[in-house]
Amino acid sequence: MAKKTDKAEIIILETADDMPPMPASMGSMRVNKTASWRSIRPIILEDKCRRCMTCWKFCPEPAIYPTDPPTIDYDFCKGCGICINECPFDAITSEKEGK
Amino acid sequence: MKKVLTGNFAAAYGATAAKVNVVAAYPITPQTTIVEILSEIVADGHLKADFIKVESEHSALAACIGAQAAGARTYTATSAQGLALMHELIHWAARGRLPIVLTNVNRAMGPGWSIWADTTDSISERDTGWMQVYCENNQEVFDTILMSYKIAENEDILLPQLVNLDAFFLSHTSQVVDMYDQKTIDSFLPPYKPTIKLDVENPRSFGALTSPEHYYEFSYKIAMAHEKAKQVIADTGREFKKIFGREYGMTESYRCDDAEYILVTYGTIAGTAKDAVDRMREKGIKVGAFKIRYFRPFPVEDVVAGLSHAKKIGVIDRAVSYGHGGAFFTESKAAMYGHDIPMYGFIAGLGGRDVSIEDISGMVGHMQHQDPENMIWIGVKK
Ligand code: SF4
Ligand code: SF4
Repeated sequence: MAKKTDKAEIIILETADDMPPMPASMGSMRVNKTASWRSIRPIILEDKCRRCMTCWKFCPEPAIYPTDPPTIDYDFCKGCGICINECPFDAITSEKEGK
Repeated sequence: MKKVLTGNFAAAYGATAAKVNVVAAYPITPQTTIVEILSEIVADGHLKADFIKVESEHSALAACIGAQAAGARTYTATSAQGLALMHELIHWAARGRLPIVLTNVNRAMGPGWSIWADTTDSISERDTGWMQVYCENNQEVFDTILMSYKIAENEDILLPQLVNLDAFFLSHTSQVVDMYDQKTIDSFLPPYKPTIKLDVENPRSFGALTSPEHYYEFSYKIAMAHEKAKQVIADTGREFKKIFGREYGMTESYRCDDAEYILVTYGTIAGTAKDAVDRMREKGIKVGAFKIRYFRPFPVEDVVAGLSHAKKIGVIDRAVSYGHGGAFFTESKAAMYGHDIPMYGFIAGLGGRDVSIEDISGMVGHMQHQDPENMIWIGVKK
């Protein structure tokens, strides 16, 4: 049986019968969360951040929203580290996932 | 309505009668007249379909994949090198579970450019997940296209299907074809209702990245759909007979009941084999012909049921798997494992070389007097 978890929108496919016939997502990207393979978690340091939005421009997912300060959507951030590399003020640090 | 049609026209009219929504194809001899006539039928407004002009066979199948995923019934046709160019997308269509119907006019692979009949092109697509059916005459081409959509689109199946016909022997040879009445065809084959499709109101991604966690199950589901297809093919054949009067199974037996020697074959050689059987029967030789229509799914049960009473079995392939033998032979032999019946693999008619009644009688003579072998080459100039 397909399980709906407490995070209501996430669908877990346990058996072949739960799965669609072809590799199609069960809904839009809103439910098709893609972050499970992230090994590095970027963290924006609010004090150092000057709101230049360079990170927002460079994130390829895009998993950064242009809020004040910018926020990272960890349901979609794949941990590529581009934002860390591009931030002109060293305002993004990182830690290892699954420690 | 009956018409005198070549195999290619029968295919084009079959797709028209199936009311396909999208046609995308690229010309290649000997398939060209299929696309040619379809482009005219669409341009003249006799078929309300989009005819997508493309720059290659790869793009033709890509266009069909996109259209089918969006919910259209699609059709394409090709031959030999054209089918080979589609190969990457042949896998895509099956793994995407898109019930596309493709008419392949079996033509030899080059170089050594023979545009004549040889089934190496379609047999090279054996492991892609497509269903494969081989036709003996032009009526069967027309009928098979109608049945193919019904089988492929069945929600338990959702697999694309290759409808094969021999170059020139069918593609450019005229025969009488009964095209029935369109209303009856419509009741047999209602419009395509996709179970999952691309839809802006309900967005989802297709052909997604899949980890080993799920890939294995997708492959399992394709294999199970092939198993279920055996029943759906039989049921569809029976329904077809009820409505149109002609029955088609996965295989067909001809004078096999009391036969000591059975010749297994497919495509147009199956027709010649029936004539050869009649002539040999006149001489008192107990021989029968067994036609395999479906190569995938392979009709193991029908083959066992149809052949296990024979004393000797010969299988004629118009293609060769280099280093082993003809594919219909090796598959039939595997199906007959444990039956302890001598089996002879005959390679004949490659590149469109004629396979005559005498050739086929000669095979039976070979079976009567010689030991079985996997690759017996008929008519090699030595
Ligand atoms: S690039 Fe660095 S400083 Fe600029 S908004 Fe992003 S985190 Fe803040
Ligand atoms: S690590 Fe990569 S994916 Fe994640 S927020 Fe930064 S740029 Fe985007």
